[in-house]
Amino acid sequence: MNLDKEQYQQMLQQKSPNSPLWKDCLKAFLIGGLICMVGQGVSSFYKARGLSVADSAAATSITMVFIGALLTCLHLYEKIAKHAGAGTIVPITGFANAIVSPAMEFKSEGLVLGLGAKLFAIAGPVLVYGISASVIYGLILVIMQGA
Amino acid sequence: MAKRIGERTLRFENPPAVLAHAAAVGQKEGAGPLGKRFDLVAQDDRFDQKSWELAESHLQKKAIDLALEKGGMQASDLDMILAGDLLNQCIGSALASVDSGTAYLGLYGACSTMAEGLALGSCLIDGGAARRLLAAASSHFCSAERQYRFPLAYGGQRSPTAQWTATAAGAAVLGQMGSDIRVTHAIFGQQVEMGVKDASNMGAAMAPAACDTLSRLLRDMNAKPTDFDCIVTGDLGHVGADLVLTLLREQENLDLTPVYSDCGSLLYKEEQDAHAGGSGCGCSACVLCGPLLRDMHEGKIRRLIFAGTGALMSPTSIQQGQAIAGVCHAVVLERGGKS
Repeated sequence: MNLDKEQYQQMLQQKSPNSPLWKDCLKAFLIGGLICMVGQGVSSFYKARGLSVADSAAATSITMVFIGALLTCLHLYEKIAKHAGAGTIVPITGFANAIVSPAMEFKSEGLVLGLGAKLFAIAGPVLVYGISASVIYGLILVIMQGA
Repeated sequence: MAKRIGERTLRFENPPAVLAHAAAVGQKEGAGPLGKRFDLVAQDDRFDQKSWELAESHLQKKAIDLALEKGGMQASDLDMILAGDLLNQCIGSALASVDSGTAYLGLYGACSTMAEGLALGSCLIDGGAARRLLAAASSHFCSAERQYRFPLAYGGQRSPTAQWTATAAGAAVLGQMGSDIRVTHAIFGQQVEMGVKDASNMGAAMAPAACDTLSRLLRDMNAKPTDFDCIVTGDLGHVGADLVLTLLREQENLDLTPVYSDCGSLLYKEEQDAHAGGSGCGCSACVLCGPLLRDMHEGKIRRLIFAGTGALMSPTSIQQGQAIAGVCHAVVLERGGKS
């Protein structure tokens, strides 16, 4: 075989099908949008029942996380996510899925070294960089307000 | 004693006989195009075990027990078991044979393990180090997912080039005589690394190794592809199978198309959503120890090259940005053949 790595890369790119980007985007938009509409419906419901804006936002998050966790436990979330992609990862239901799925998977290694240690295996980076970003944002805000 | 012919191929002077074989698969594999040709299709992929790792061990043990039963043997009739899988420290195979009471050798050749076991086992039989031995390999979708990728319930998308780890196991018993299906030649392949870093495109990582081993084997044997009824690679899948045919045609001037198949491409139907096809040690093991060896018994295939293909990587090596090397080992099986 007289082929260098670059030539092989070109060849394999020709032979490897790409993800259907437009179809994936459309499905992510529709299903992700649907999840957000459900969230909006839940939020409106709580507001109509007399909760304040801040309380209804918290109650909506709790409800959506619960729905995400429930669908994960029923092995339905991954079936929806297969089509939705980013549409199911980005909303808060995706965060619930990222926490509950390792909990289900790694409980076979025990509650401490399995479930406990692996619980944040997927969501960990989101927390690390999310919290880091908010700290930096907070510092910038303090400095700007102080100036 | 095996004799080296050409550059790398081994020809067995006393070709080891395939005394018995069996394949056990999961539900999805059982629902595929080859479903009726396996010895056992699981009712439940968990087999009532408390972990997926134990489920895989159970599946491999089933394949071993069935092969022994079909050959009218017991584990104590074997001089050794050569087995491997994808799990860390090959624990699936170790646990499957823990009660066998016979010598055990764990093998790791990634998805090429079944071919590696058959080639190594044939050398041991031909050389007189063993009178009878069993080669086995297994993989399980659920144990592989949790080790290599994500939890099962995690909502992610797979790339079109990704392959589906087969829930499957195959086992074959080799002996000095007692069957008209024999392993006549074997070749151990070298690692070939062509810069593929995408763990979702293993077929592309393995195709160059398959091209290297198959072209060397044919050259050493001084044979044409059409001298064989079937040349089958382990688990290149649709992408890798296309690549190996192209590589062999363009680089080696060999046209395998009339006789070529790939176990990974054969295992699932299009609508089973396995993307680029099957993979895992169990993929080629179950297709060989089920449909292919049955076809040899029935006389549909008289001369076969079985080329197992493996992608040598780990989740750590991928995260550290290392390229994936492929490796391919092959054996030649003949019905009624001597040399």
